[in-house]
Amino acid sequence: MKAVVIGGGVFGSLIARELTKYDLEVTLIEKNLDVGWGVTKANSAVVHAGYDDPPESVRAQFCASGNAMYEDLSKELDFDFKRIGSFVVAFNDEELKELERLLKQGEENGVPGLTILERDEVLSMEPNLNPEVKYALYAPTAGITEPWMVAIAAVENAVQNGLKLVLGESVVGFEKVNGRVRKVHTSRGEYEADIVINCAGLHADEIAKLAGAEYVPLHPRKGEYILLDKKLQGLVKRVIFPTPTKISKGILVLPTVDGGILLGPTAEDLPEEMKDRPITTREGLEKVREFTRRLVPSLDFSLVVKTFSGLRPESPQKDFFIKVSETVKNFVNVMATRSPGLTAAPAVAKYVVEELIQEKMRIPLEKKKDFKPERKRIVHYSELPLEEWRREIERDPRAGRLVCFCNEVTEKEIVEAIRRGARTLNGVKFRTRAMFGRCQGGFCMARILKILERELGVDMSEIKMKSENSWVVNGKVRE
Amino acid sequence: MRVDVMVIGAGAAGMAAALKAKEEGAEVLLVERDERTGGILNQCIHNGFGLHYFRQELTGPEYAERFQEKMEKMGIRALTNAYVKRVEDRRVILVTEQGIEEVEVGALVYATGARERPFGSLMIPGDRPSGIFTAGVAQRLINIENRLPGKRALILGSGDIGLIMARRLTLEGMEVVGVVERLPYAGGLLRNVIQCLEDYNIPLYLSSTVVEVRGRERLEEVVVAKVDEQFRPIPRTERVFKVDTLVLSVGLIPQVELIENLVVKNPTSRGVGVSNIGQTSRDWIFSAGNCTVIFDLVDYVSYEGETAGRYAAKFVKGEIPREKIPVRPGKNVMVVHPIWYTPAEPLTLYLRVKKPMEKGRLVVGRFAREFEDLVPSEMLRVKISDRDLEGLDEIVVSVEEVN
Ligand SMILES: Cc1cc2nc3c(=O)[nH]c(=O)nc-3n(C[C@H](O)[C@H](O)[C@H](O)COP(=O)(O)OP(=O)(O)OC[C@H]3O[C@@H](n4cnc5c(N)ncnc54)[C@H](O)[C@@H]3O)c2cc1C
Ligand SMILES: Cc1cc2nc3c(=O)[nH]c(=O)nc-3n(C[C@H](O)[C@H](O)[C@H](O)COP(=O)(O)OP(=O)(O)OC[C@H]3O[C@@H](n4cnc5c(N)ncnc54)[C@H](O)[C@@H]3O)c2cc1C
Repeated sequence: MKAVVIGGGVFGSLIARELTKYDLEVTLIEKNLDVGWGVTKANSAVVHAGYDDPPESVRAQFCASGNAMYEDLSKELDFDFKRIGSFVVAFNDEELKELERLLKQGEENGVPGLTILERDEVLSMEPNLNPEVKYALYAPTAGITEPWMVAIAAVENAVQNGLKLVLGESVVGFEKVNGRVRKVHTSRGEYEADIVINCAGLHADEIAKLAGAEYVPLHPRKGEYILLDKKLQGLVKRVIFPTPTKISKGILVLPTVDGGILLGPTAEDLPEEMKDRPITTREGLEKVREFTRRLVPSLDFSLVVKTFSGLRPESPQKDFFIKVSETVKNFVNVMATRSPGLTAAPAVAKYVVEELIQEKMRIPLEKKKDFKPERKRIVHYSELPLEEWRREIERDPRAGRLVCFCNEVTEKEIVEAIRRGARTLNGVKFRTRAMFGRCQGGFCMARILKILERELGVDMSEIKMKSENSWVVNGKVRE
Repeated sequence: MRVDVMVIGAGAAGMAAALKAKEEGAEVLLVERDERTGGILNQCIHNGFGLHYFRQELTGPEYAERFQEKMEKMGIRALTNAYVKRVEDRRVILVTEQGIEEVEVGALVYATGARERPFGSLMIPGDRPSGIFTAGVAQRLINIENRLPGKRALILGSGDIGLIMARRLTLEGMEVVGVVERLPYAGGLLRNVIQCLEDYNIPLYLSSTVVEVRGRERLEEVVVAKVDEQFRPIPRTERVFKVDTLVLSVGLIPQVELIENLVVKNPTSRGVGVSNIGQTSRDWIFSAGNCTVIFDLVDYVSYEGETAGRYAAKFVKGEIPREKIPVRPGKNVMVVHPIWYTPAEPLTLYLRVKKPMEKGRLVVGRFAREFEDLVPSEMLRVKISDRDLEGLDEIVVSVEEVN
């Protein structure tokens, strides 16, 4: 039995890993040079509590349950997850009504621990909030994580359990026999398939069309962000939402797992042609600035580290579309993966494999006996107690050679990232956080290029930042 | 381990400090996180270094080499690939390939230099392609790694570094289509505008800035627009440059992070605040070089490094006067350094004015002198004698515009 998963975002990665728990051949095809670089790379990184989704929605079905799985998942896969809680803040009685509605909705969705707090308590917990705040809905189960790392960790673990990972190949067509997909064609080759799971994010509608399966039309809804320096660590301790409106959860202020402060996102619907254009704009960034200042007036914008944007795969019905195709019987769609997709993904992965494939499609799967659920992260030496770090250096001096100074990443970590599959500057960056700090690679980028050159045995001019044509340096100055 | 004086950072400031501390009789340890000593000098292979200090025009590596030779002669211990992780109360945690060591210090000279302001912090809208480099990265790639960053470049920022990079890229065979500057005048020295741009027919676009970068993979286009007096882009003045490389030279930021929680900062430079003998608000920590204020000339950095090193050694011997008279900026002064005056030494003041002035009168205590052609980008250096400062309990530095 052969399963092909299309797309290495958080959905495809977790589904591929879930499939490797069973006796079958699993292939994950991702068009980028690494996993987790689609929608999964640029979002708010919030593991939502689950009160915003209408109880009858598919989102509600998976959000709170996905949230509940994050604790164990983060331990098994050894990625950062912090259950820091969230506030939705209200500045007047009108907004308080909305908080009450969310509280009720959340309780229906099975979200534990929701309460509405009053001004004094809110300010004692978050002293930097705008003092005009009146109430806040407190959701203790909300958390934060490093979204791309969820995908990377899941794929690393899946590869240990036999996953075949195909990077840099784009799915371009399908070969069907008797209304079932038999082969998946890519830009480079073809893969046999008994089951196909479409997790192509923003492009999942196009993939479904190619296969002749049902789909909902997708368009990008853009969200722009500003990231502030770690110097502001502690400015807010929880995820701070404004009271939501009909179109979005609003522009938030939240801590990132590594200590920065993230501001955003905006919400702007774009035409379909803009699916691959997560560009930032002057107006968007200005809006982020203006709105977040209302929540936290003391935000210091001289400490901007970077700005970026992400695109949500949005559909007219504003809900996930997760179904076995009626027309192509061995094809599963995981589509319209808007927010809270990151949160829902672990629960969706289980649902797809246990209920859709095994029950709905009636494909019996045999559990593997030797599945190893655990994956270990790349050790970040600077976070270890000094005594342990010292012992590591004795074992390998590269653990004592700092390459990225802002985030204190050693040569050992970079070499390990390459050993685990990083082939590009961004591959190293997302796995180690080198070049992610306040100087954005000013000191270490050239050194990382050299390490990549040495470890991969290629010429520096062949090393890419992220994609085939994103070369970094040209030829030699002189031979 | 224990040393009298530890110097963090082996750039122009740190090497000078180590030498003087040693001359003063202290036992010195110099630590540097990079593979070699010299700091930023190593990658500055153009000349223009040392005119004051050596009365001779040297390249950056030559300038560094002179100090390195002296250090060797004096038998100064310099540890490279040695990263300072933490500075605590008179203790420094050092990470090297040999292990992790806690060093007890009598005094510290903090000379960690500056880092470049990166692209991300400029909030320039658009795509996030490859091909955008800070001047330092481009310089390092070319001069140390022997690699060209691209084929066709635009440069943002016309300070001396941006100007020098325009020439370097041209000489190495890249096409430089222009230098963009948001001020109405060039940020660097007139000499550099002529020698680096005019001699090579590279256009300078003043009162302009980059408003967008385009390119899904590698950089393809950079959009430049005119700006008004508040540096806001003026609509419909956009102009598109087809380039694969954008080099940013938009300012240096003093690196203060390691001791930020231990010392008072200089509010005008955002660097480590020091007195004219290089002492910070914490009596055992001294500091010099670009981590205190961004200097125009390496010569000044070395002078300041020497002072800090000498007084750090004196501090260990208990020979330091305690008095610290505050120095603060007055009218038309944007940056002033140092922020305290200790009467043990004459006051060498460094300052930058807020706006260009044809003629300005600098007033400090009883001292007054007129200067011509003052611009914010050029640092003024003035020695002020003890007599002019006698009896003051605060020293205000101001510049009156003279018509
Ligand atoms: C601005 C923003 C904020 C958000 N905030 C949150 C939040 O705080 N919490 C939360 O829970 N969720 C949030 N989300 C939602 C969450 O990010 C997404 O639901 C989730 O990342 C979607 O993952 P995915 O796997 O479906 O898509 P992707 O990560 O895009 O993965 C799809 C993959 O398919 C690949 N692919 C596409 N076409 C092909 C092809 N033809 N061949 C091969 N590969 C292909 C792509 O390269 C991509 O890697 C947010 C989203 C956005 C945009
Ligand atoms: C591109 C460019 C061109 C220039 N051109 C000229 C010119 O033509 N003429 C001129 O006079 N001047 C020029 N300058 C200016 C001059 O080079 C600098 O002012 C001077 O070299 C700065 O010296 P420094 O010691 O303060 O800093 P740096 O040279 O930056 O030295 C600081 C050192 O500290 C180390 N360090 C930092 N943190 C740690 C830590 N935690 N642990 C251990 N070590 C650490 C760093 O690795 C570095 O080596 C130029 C500068 C640049 C950037």
